[in-house]
Amino acid sequence: MEINLEEAFQKRIDEEIKIEPRDWMPEKYRKTLLRQISQHAHSEIVGMLPEGNWITRAPNLRRKVALLAKVQDEAGHGLYLYSAAETLGMTRDEMLAELHSGKAKYSSIFNYPTLTWADMGAIGWLVDGAAIMNQVPLCRASYGPYARAMVRVCKEESFHQRQGYEIMLTLCQGTPEQKAMAQDALNRWWWPSMMMFGPNDDNSPNSAQSTKWKIKRFSNDELRQKFVDVSVPQAEILGITIPDADLKWNEARGHYDFGVINWDEFNQVVAGNGPCNKQRLKARVDAWENGAWVREAAVAYAEKREKRKQNTENTNAA
Amino acid sequence: MADKDLLYNYTLHLADNSMILGQRCGEWCGHGPVLEQDIALTNIALDLIGEARSLYQLAASLKGGTATEDTVAFLRDVLAYRNVLLVEQPNTDWAYTIVRQFFYDVFHFYLHSELMNSSEERLKNIATKTIKEVTYHLKWSSEWMIRLGDGTDLSREKMQDAVNGLWEFTGELFMSSAIEQKAFEAGFAPDLNILKPLWQEKVEDVLAESTLFIPEKNYQQKGGKTGVHSEHMGFILADMQFLQRAYPGANW
Repeated sequence: MEINLEEAFQKRIDEEIKIEPRDWMPEKYRKTLLRQISQHAHSEIVGMLPEGNWITRAPNLRRKVALLAKVQDEAGHGLYLYSAAETLGMTRDEMLAELHSGKAKYSSIFNYPTLTWADMGAIGWLVDGAAIMNQVPLCRASYGPYARAMVRVCKEESFHQRQGYEIMLTLCQGTPEQKAMAQDALNRWWWPSMMMFGPNDDNSPNSAQSTKWKIKRFSNDELRQKFVDVSVPQAEILGITIPDADLKWNEARGHYDFGVINWDEFNQVVAGNGPCNKQRLKARVDAWENGAWVREAAVAYAEKREKRKQNTENTNAA
Repeated sequence: MADKDLLYNYTLHLADNSMILGQRCGEWCGHGPVLEQDIALTNIALDLIGEARSLYQLAASLKGGTATEDTVAFLRDVLAYRNVLLVEQPNTDWAYTIVRQFFYDVFHFYLHSELMNSSEERLKNIATKTIKEVTYHLKWSSEWMIRLGDGTDLSREKMQDAVNGLWEFTGELFMSSAIEQKAFEAGFAPDLNILKPLWQEKVEDVLAESTLFIPEKNYQQKGGKTGVHSEHMGFILADMQFLQRAYPGANW
């Protein structure tokens, strides 16, 4: 019986029919999605921190408003994604508990510091750019609630990316100090952005199953290549240099060749040893703990009000 | 049309209040007690800074020359800022943030209700837009006053503590500066004496429903409106103005 269910499930996937929360699904499909969507949600809310860091210091009012709105969008993405994940049978509080305990991961890119205003440009251009490469195919993911959440997320992300690139462009057309700031940000964010696509294909054990389930549509290396091919001409327009001596056009492949990624650094950051891992997690845990009394009071008040309403109704009935 | 200098200076009173409170609210972004409220407070920050921008743009046009919204906001030091002490008070915790917001929202609401009838067309237009936003802010902060005041023993204690801590900064809202007085006499700004009882009544109503009390100690601080700020103000501006000061004349 079980085998038939699995076969029917796979058939639906092959026919591109969306899986919905009440449909039968293999336990491993549910778990894989739950892990991926909750990680994605956590990345959105941890991702608020490095940029939130610059809200009070934004260089002018237009940029301040845009940055506030952008970081707010990320909170909104976190909300859609937590809601999508909740349809798979885990509450938001449970997911947050896993984030706070260190059990659940989030994107490693947010464990790097934002040192100058140019980092707001580089994050928008490269980090959101890489995120879009990863996320656009997810708008067609087999799980309905995830795919629908991603449609909204991607629309806003592409706006963020244009905004980030425009910050870079303004800096690169500005004073020599501003251009140096933009180059420095590119130097620091390029390789971590390249790592956002995950391990090389020959070292990515879960990819095959995710591809079969149509959660994943392109391999890590395919997406990374696409990112490089798109980013190189954009850097040329800016007039700044991607920090990779091996970067060159390969006529035969029709793609840019690029250098070897420092996977040791990647593994260290994933293991918790990045420059800001502790700081980011502490900020999330502090927000949660400092807010505990607020959440408790909100629940207590709602209960009181409900009780009062019932008392009034009882009195009226009597 | 109103005297340019007077209107410029009066506009700064309005703009600086919303700017500085918006800056404070923005500090919460990413650190709120629950995601939905993080988003709500960021919305309020966006509204406040949006209002400040409209006002700074008006101020810049009155000043003329090379003035822009940014030169007006980023190139004045502490003594030239005209906001009240209340809005520069630190976030401290969610209770202080809500109480500060509520006290200001009540004032902000009645102020713009009056400014909608201003004889100065440009202020009137800004007030007509702002009142819609402030109506929501006031609803939001009133609900949180009640929810936390009448929530748990702990939340009530924290809220009362915040009311006690911030009460001494509320009186300044209604102490007219020389500029506000002249603006009233010129006919484009409201009489703060009319706003005070409206504010008092609304605050008393919401505090009563929140099971909170107005503190007995009623000494009122003042100074913000004339540039004599708290020590917090220098740090707010140091953050806010850093890039404009470090890289003079650069475009961002």
